[in-house]
Amino acid sequence: MSQFVCPNCEYVYDEAKGDPREGWPAGTPFADIDADWACPDCGVREQVDFVPAGSTTEDIREGDQA
Amino acid sequence: MTIEATVDGEVIQWRDRKRHLWIVGAIVPLIPVSMWGLYVLTGSSLVWYFGPFFVFVLIPIADLLAGLDPDNPPDEVIEALEGDRYYRWVTYAFIPVQIAGLIWGAYLLGGGTLPGIDDPLTVAEKIGLALGLGMVAGIGINTAHELGHKKEEHERWFARVALAQTFYGHFFIEHNRGHHVRVATPEDPASGRLGETVWEFMPRTVWGSLKSAWGLEKKRFERQKKSHWSIKNDLFNAWMFSVVLWGGLVAAFGWEILPYLVLQAVAGIWLLESVNYLEHYGMKRAKLESGRYERVNPSHSWNSNNIATNVLLYHLQRHSDHHANPTRRYQALRDFKEAPVLPTGYAGMIVLSWVPQIWRSVMDERVLSHYEGDLSRTNLHPRTAKKYARKHGAVKEGAA
Repeated sequence: MSQFVCPNCEYVYDEAKGDPREGWPAGTPFADIDADWACPDCGVREQVDFVPAGSTTEDIREGDQA
Repeated sequence: MTIEATVDGEVIQWRDRKRHLWIVGAIVPLIPVSMWGLYVLTGSSLVWYFGPFFVFVLIPIADLLAGLDPDNPPDEVIEALEGDRYYRWVTYAFIPVQIAGLIWGAYLLGGGTLPGIDDPLTVAEKIGLALGLGMVAGIGINTAHELGHKKEEHERWFARVALAQTFYGHFFIEHNRGHHVRVATPEDPASGRLGETVWEFMPRTVWGSLKSAWGLEKKRFERQKKSHWSIKNDLFNAWMFSVVLWGGLVAAFGWEILPYLVLQAVAGIWLLESVNYLEHYGMKRAKLESGRYERVNPSHSWNSNNIATNVLLYHLQRHSDHHANPTRRYQALRDFKEAPVLPTGYAGMIVLSWVPQIWRSVMDERVLSHYEGDLSRTNLHPRTAKKYARKHGAVKEGAA
């Protein structure tokens, strides 16, 4: 089970916990989430923009250029 | 209060010069009650129109006199500045004052009298008072906007309370998850288009935003495989606050206040949606090869550093930074030097929007020069597209 982070606001999607409020039950793999699902906190990054947890600030910045 | 930070290896002391000014925001909802004092002092019926006078005359003049505030907090202090709880308490304080002012106003609208107000208000006076309550309601939507963007669950509930007065509870859903996603695209009901008048924009944004909010919550419940006819639906639980507030006021002060409650809500919504109209007027994000729109960047919002409106609206006019960092707290928003700037503050711009000819003469050239004269890069309103193509169609010489 992995965690993925919104590069804008640092919201964390944890596969183990899911986000039931958003319709992703505990255990939902990140890959199964809709590509156009927007970050529930900031709204300005989507599933495809998220980065694996533990990425360095530089990785995040670099990956966040789309 | 100073914040210590290390900038380029040097320890600096940074002080927020606007720190105490933010309290002004919580004084705004006192406007209705202040009319009582003005009435006792002057005895003039005109004072019941003090609300619109404050927003559309005094604030624009204050913007012209007080001028600009380009001060930015250094990046290194932003975290500490956001963490200082004083700033959020200032926004929380707005809400009880707002509700108290509304109850006080509803009492007078229901025919009540007070020391110094010996007779019930006339219809003309009640209309003025309702418009004044509406000004507070509209600025209350801005307070709700600040709170609704935050990650803390209790702040999102406070946002619903601040929206109760206007029956606009769906705003914090649509704004965060609809408007911010599609801002400055033809698909966004809450982004004004080039050539669109504010009068055309109003029905489009009010209806379009409601539809979009409904769809967003419906989709969320579909993913949960549950019915969206649920009190957990954020639209319903937000509107419940309005049902309770309005129901309580009508029960206490009578059915005759209902038209005035509607009037103040319309005035408040008008104020908020006028700001939506001008914040992104004519701006369009380019479409990428992938089919997605380019990221929102500073060039997609109109900004203003006029300090009077900025203090009143919690830095809303530092709009480019707000769209870049929607969860960032108001006190930490920065002015981006490269962002497009309005000729005056939002309050004064709203007044200009009432006469479309004046609005267009002030804004259209600014939009076009922002896009180097290239009409195809603007968010052009379909109704006026042909006319604009005739007038501005040829790409100006020397433009990219």
